[in-house]
Amino acid sequence: MQTPASFEYERATSVEQALALLEQHGPEACLVAGGHSLLPMMKLRLATPEVLIDINELPDLGYVRVEGSEIAIGALARHVDLLASPVLREHYRIFEEAEHVIADPIVRNRGTVGGSLCQADPSEDLSAVCAALGARLVIQSAAGRRTVEARGFHVGPYETLVGPAEMLVEVRLPIRPGAGSAYQKVERRAGDYAIAAAGAFVVLEGGMVADVGVGIAAVGAPQFTAPGAEDYLRGKEPSEPHLAEAARLAAEATAPAVDQRGTVEYKRHLAGELVRRALRSAAARAAGQEG
Amino acid sequence: MQVTVTVNGEEHTSEVEPRLLLVHYLRDHLGLTGTHWGCDTTNCGACTVWLDGVPVKSCTVLTAMASGHEVRTVESLEVDGVLDPVQQGFMQEHGLQCGFCTPGMMMTARRLLDDVPDPSEQQIREGISGNLCRCTGYENIVRAVRWAAEHPATEEAPA
Ligand SMILES: Cc1cc2nc3c(=O)[nH]c(=O)nc-3n(C[C@H](O)[C@H](O)[C@H](O)COP(=O)(O)OP(=O)(O)OC[C@H]3O[C@@H](n4cnc5c(N)ncnc54)[C@H](O)[C@@H]3O)c2cc1C
Ligand code: FES
Ligand code: FES
Repeated sequence: MQTPASFEYERATSVEQALALLEQHGPEACLVAGGHSLLPMMKLRLATPEVLIDINELPDLGYVRVEGSEIAIGALARHVDLLASPVLREHYRIFEEAEHVIADPIVRNRGTVGGSLCQADPSEDLSAVCAALGARLVIQSAAGRRTVEARGFHVGPYETLVGPAEMLVEVRLPIRPGAGSAYQKVERRAGDYAIAAAGAFVVLEGGMVADVGVGIAAVGAPQFTAPGAEDYLRGKEPSEPHLAEAARLAAEATAPAVDQRGTVEYKRHLAGELVRRALRSAAARAAGQEG
Repeated sequence: MQVTVTVNGEEHTSEVEPRLLLVHYLRDHLGLTGTHWGCDTTNCGACTVWLDGVPVKSCTVLTAMASGHEVRTVESLEVDGVLDPVQQGFMQEHGLQCGFCTPGMMMTARRLLDDVPDPSEQQIREGISGNLCRCTGYENIVRAVRWAAEHPATEEAPA
């Protein structure tokens, strides 16, 4: 039987209170949202927080809504909320496609977007989605709020910019009219973490790529992205040779590790192929075709 | 710490350790052993119960997190000797062999049918994809859920 080490449990009922509790208990305290990354780690004693601050009861942090020219997602929005969101479906199909293959429906009932990003697991799909879309993340502390780029949020595996007395409260995505987006993932079996996964968004102007984002999970791409591939595609026609070259550049940006999921060569090849498919599908959608 | 959890409509107040997982609270403190405890790693779904109407894997929920909330377990499916259509479906279609996955399967299936009363085979397969079965190969489980969809009225329990 796997039992976490003993800890003290606190339940926060407001963001301010959660932050005050973090402040009060110091670095050995830890927030718990869905608990679907943290509790398994605590059961294996890979994490041994002394105080657990439950943020599931925070009101009004599970929203997905349009605010001006952005989409705002509350940190406690669960995977199931993102999968079902009409707002996300309308603007960014990438979410539906990614969420559909994150874990299984029961895990998705519980896991949150905030927990996913803050877990900073190198295989986390939503980190790749946020990197592709150029999301901005809102971090709150007792001193106020600051906004950081998703592409600078991860300072290493399992490490983020969120300080010990801070919390991630919101994800903000720019709405780009006419953008097409897509997600592609290959896993060993249903519900597993990716062997490799890639997301893309594309905006076309006069048939040329005006804006593009590439996100990559599970294969060691720095900040879950591949800027070289994006720079290459900008201003070009999304033709097959151009997509192939972008995919090659993206694969070059990865640094996969060998594990039960595959060899370095296989994973790098797969990452490139998935980038190509995601770009192809996003470009077709941007052009108003079903991709 | 003290927790108060409503389980199958009944309120229970208990003194527990904060680290007590919900699956063990249900089984060991309340004696509700219908909820099974399998992989302990959030994969198999044998421990699936409802938390405020939503299926969750109770090996990955703290009892403390369920305090002040409503939990529903497999024991609640049968009412006054009448089986839920899902239970009848598993019986009619031979939806189990060893039965280990069955309580979790049925709690997931009940929720699925409440949300989607007439699910396609694909919807059923996706719906139960967080519940693993080592015995049946899933065919009969899918048929059992279809049976329940086609026989929503519990009164007409087959003999
Ligand atoms: C069986 C299984 C399969 C899975 N498969 C996939 C998969 O295929 N792809 C994938 O991407 N993920 C997968 N996951 C991971 C899942 O998506 C994450 O566990 C989950 O979304 C994390 O969110 P949570 O709310 O459960 O986080 P928690 O476990 O509650 O928290 C994770 C970490 O983030 C911190 N944290 C949580 N919320 C905040 C916040 N608002 N501010 C600051 N810090 C915070 C916590 O302190 C903790 O350190 C899987 C998980 C399981 C159990
Ligand atoms: S025992 Fe909870 S998922 Fe297997
Ligand atoms: S019937 Fe044996 S595991 Fe499903």
